[in-house]
Amino acid sequence: MKRESRRSIREVLVSLPSLFWLSLFFIIPTLFVFAIALKPANPYGGIGSGWTWDNFRSLASPNYLIVAWRTLWISVLSAAVCIILATPIGYYLARVSARWRGFFLMLIIVPFWTNFLIRIFAWKVLLHPEGAIKKALALSGLISPQASLLYNAGAVVLVTVYTFLPFTILPIYAAAEKFDFQLLEAARDLGARRLQAFTKVFLPGIRRGLITAVLFVFIPALGSYVIPDIVGGPSGEMIGNKIAQRVFVDRNLPQASALSVVLILSVLAPLLTVLVLQRKKEKPEALL
Amino acid sequence: MRRSRFPFIVTLAVLFFFYLPIIILIANSFNASRFESGWQGFSLMWYKRLFHEPEIWRAAKNSLFIAAGATAVSLVIGTTAAVALHRFARSRLQRFHFGLVYTPLVVPEILMGISLLMLFVAAAVELGLFTIFLAHVTFCISFVAMTVLGRLQDFDESVIEAARDLGAGWWATTRRVLLPMLLPGLVAGGLLAFTLSIDDFVITFFVAGPGSTTLPIRVYSMIKFGSPPLINALSTILLVVTFAAVAASQKLSRTRR
Repeated sequence: MKRESRRSIREVLVSLPSLFWLSLFFIIPTLFVFAIALKPANPYGGIGSGWTWDNFRSLASPNYLIVAWRTLWISVLSAAVCIILATPIGYYLARVSARWRGFFLMLIIVPFWTNFLIRIFAWKVLLHPEGAIKKALALSGLISPQASLLYNAGAVVLVTVYTFLPFTILPIYAAAEKFDFQLLEAARDLGARRLQAFTKVFLPGIRRGLITAVLFVFIPALGSYVIPDIVGGPSGEMIGNKIAQRVFVDRNLPQASALSVVLILSVLAPLLTVLVLQRKKEKPEALL
Repeated sequence: MRRSRFPFIVTLAVLFFFYLPIIILIANSFNASRFESGWQGFSLMWYKRLFHEPEIWRAAKNSLFIAAGATAVSLVIGTTAAVALHRFARSRLQRFHFGLVYTPLVVPEILMGISLLMLFVAAAVELGLFTIFLAHVTFCISFVAMTVLGRLQDFDESVIEAARDLGAGWWATTRRVLLPMLLPGLVAGGLLAFTLSIDDFVITFFVAGPGSTTLPIRVYSMIKFGSPPLINALSTILLVVTFAAVAASQKLSRTRR
């Protein structure tokens, strides 16, 4: 009995620093966002007194709805492109010899040691009207010389894929490495065509890796702010840009909070769906 | 059975896609042209120009200062969190604790930035280097805790029991057995925290006051308003520094094994 209580005292003591810090700087701030979303703004850029639903009501304006829809489709499309590219790469890495595998993994990770802003900037230069890609495409007649590669939703998808692709390759590769490739050969022996074996045997076999990979792009893409800010222009704006505009441009913190509440709920939805589905199917385990 | 060449071709194409922007950026940093409209000869002028920008050096100093502080504090808090999560794994408190440590890893950065801003505004804390430090500790804790937890789960519990059986007390076991065995995990977690702190833009941008500039904030305002060739030169320098640091840390971890 005495041992038990000493053990629990020790448990609380060791847990206390992180429980305290994360409660103060993670839980409480999140609660503040919910609370401030229900407060009126005052004309001095601060928070007024009383409570109101106005901040949520004004989210129904067409302006916000367009941005919300764009945020959703950019995130879905980016996740789809990442999965389509990462699956063959994960498959290749799992099958190639160990030496080449280490070499390729290294090559995949190295570019991402560079600062996030600098990678986005590099794309801004490449897509620029005076940049290399634009000139090559215009010369070859694929696009008209007036077309702009920069400052649209397409540029946002391209740079989002560039930024998150490694984070989708790694979980898919990790799942593919554990996959028993003899199953593929068995499927071929039993008469399945190559593509059939791939979609009916390999893809279900690496399901967990695929789900993790989708979440690794989709969730950060929903909250994207810097990428659309630098390469998106007005026609590539996402929810993150609207939050930043309310904070930095017109200093309307309650409106920014209401937008953040929407973003929090839309991030939680896919996460909870995956957790519930996985709890049903197999024993619970950390996603990472 | 003949294997398809398709996966190999996709891998090569994607690697080309990964390196293309970075190689062009490095090449442009040596380009004498002010605009990126063609090669006008090799030049180091942008690097020379960079040394006459005091703003950049002040920002770099702030970044190093914050990263060092955030690494030290998050290393302590993250490690105690990992020890608690590992040692008392199945208790109800630890299940909540795990959720609390894990969630910041999946929440988009902008949400952490805005919620911390709301806290600081509501508590009337003046924004500046100190609020940036608090924010950085917050997101580093989870990464340190997960790294150290991974290491803890790999190791042999019986060594600790043996130390206890041989009469070592709680403190002696921790200092003499647990910490040395954890050292590689602590180094890895610390390096991760340091790089995340040095690199962070979004959260920092929300909690930085006027005048408290870190390197990524400086780079951002250069991208928005400044001269592209200078950013090319700065990026190339940062690239070389990161490559050297990673190569050195890998060499260190290899010789230790």
